Amino acid sequence: MSEKKNWMPRWFYQLASPRWSYEIMGKLLPGFAVAAFLFLIAGTVWALLFAPPEAYQGNSYRIIYIHVPSALLAQSCYMMMAIAGAIGLIWKMKVADMVAKSCAPIGATMAVLALATGAIWGKPTWGSWWVWDARLTSMLILLFLYLGVIALYSAIENEAMAAKSAAVLALVGLVNIPIIKYSVDWWNTLHQPATFKLTERPAMVPEMWLPLLVMVIGFYCFFAVSLMMRTRNEILVRERRASWVKELVEKQ
Amino acid sequence: MGRIVTNESANSEASSVLSLFGAVLKRDLMLAYRKKSDLFNPLIFFLMVATLFPLGVSPEPDFLAQIAPGVVWVAALLATLLSMESVFKSDFEDGTLEQTLLSPQPLFVIVLAKVLAHWMMSGLPLTLLAPLLAVMLFLPAEGMSGLMLSLLIGTPTLSLVGAIGAALTVGLRKGGVLISLLVLPLYIPVLIFGTSAVQAAVTGLPLAGFFALLGAILALGLVLAPLAISAALRISVSG
Amino acid sequence: MNFDSFSDFIAMGGHGFYVWLSYAIALVVVVINIVNPALQKKKIVSDLVRRLRRENKSS
Repeated sequence: MSEKKNWMPRWFYQLASPRWSYEIMGKLLPGFAVAAFLFLIAGTVWALLFAPPEAYQGNSYRIIYIHVPSALLAQSCYMMMAIAGAIGLIWKMKVADMVAKSCAPIGATMAVLALATGAIWGKPTWGSWWVWDARLTSMLILLFLYLGVIALYSAIENEAMAAKSAAVLALVGLVNIPIIKYSVDWWNTLHQPATFKLTERPAMVPEMWLPLLVMVIGFYCFFAVSLMMRTRNEILVRERRASWVKELVEKQ
Repeated sequence: MGRIVTNESANSEASSVLSLFGAVLKRDLMLAYRKKSDLFNPLIFFLMVATLFPLGVSPEPDFLAQIAPGVVWVAALLATLLSMESVFKSDFEDGTLEQTLLSPQPLFVIVLAKVLAHWMMSGLPLTLLAPLLAVMLFLPAEGMSGLMLSLLIGTPTLSLVGAIGAALTVGLRKGGVLISLLVLPLYIPVLIFGTSAVQAAVTGLPLAGFFALLGAILALGLVLAPLAISAALRISVSG
Repeated sequence: MNFDSFSDFIAMGGHGFYVWLSYAIALVVVVINIVNPALQKKKIVSDLVRRLRRENKSS
């Protein structure tokens, strides 16, 4: 065990302290908030005003600047939730549990956003609000996985037990996601005529993907802000009996 | 000399694991046999769900033949889910589960035996009953072998994955709906490959690939699901 | 700048409804994800303050 302590970075152990995490997140929050705001505003303006219209879809393709970042975020958020849950299970680290719990609602709303924008984009592109496209279907199943995790959190009253159970479920889901993705892709090629390919765009020119990159960075910064806010709340609730929380509250 | 001893001890260990597996399996089957409603209710449900489709959609033979693989598979999936809640419930309520967790026996083996017992009471009868439904839904005779085989390979996976949900919710009062929420998304690959196998059988396409995929999923489930079930049981029982 | 006039910009080449609906939903989702935890924190802190006061009174 002592050897492990040497190669693990110090901040990893400090993260185990809710108080230290609460304070460091408080320090990081404003920076990320400013970055998220700037990137999102710049990306939106660039995407809506300056990116050139697409050859086939005209201006409706501008939905991609919302759709792709939210879909990316929904997927990486699930991964983060499962990994944080695993850290909580293995190292019994309370803060990791809280991070995992805070990931779930953000990821679920991102999945909803990706689905909604995908459906809206489908109307002018495919002529209908919903198409059982492989990516949309996978995203829908990802949303179901999120909803299952959230339902499990709210069903178990004991916080520590809920965190462990949800971590196990999230890990099972993580193992399943590649299988689900493979099966849905395969099912889709069986059922869908090839004309419904939204995703096979011609290679994007830099004027198009640069604003996309800006939006993706903006979405990740926004995710960090929302995650830290939720995790800080979670720390306050679960550490409500600790003396440092009482001191903190008394100051206000 | 030393080698012989280790061989012998390894042998006796393997046989003790086997006897443990057999004992748990026998006990669970006996319990199920004594409480027959648990055995028959999912089967009746399976029949009823399949009956709803001709009534609710259309009794047209051509149409029914087209949707038959999906209907049988979805009904089997729901019937398995329905029976899932009881896997650990009675053991949890009378304290047997806690004793099991405290015992030095390998939990992996116990869990595997319990899931196998559950499958023998749900998946296996469902598979045997499936031809009846297939006939009612006008599934072409060529599809029958595909249906039976895909159910035979697919339903154990359903039991394994469902048991994870059952283990996670065993301590909760209203576990039933929650299990479905947790487990249904995880059932999707099995559903897709299962129905595709039946459809391929109906149209005369080669089947081996689907069974290989279903078998691969089952193999993965056999190795990983008992670990998740054990972890979930420990969390549910001792917090 | 891709658009000649403001009304062109709103119309988005006939796809204005879809584009603006998407961005509006995105705005709502982002704002909810920021406002919700902020409100939550307010409630948590006020609950903690009340509890602390009660404890101080009783002791």
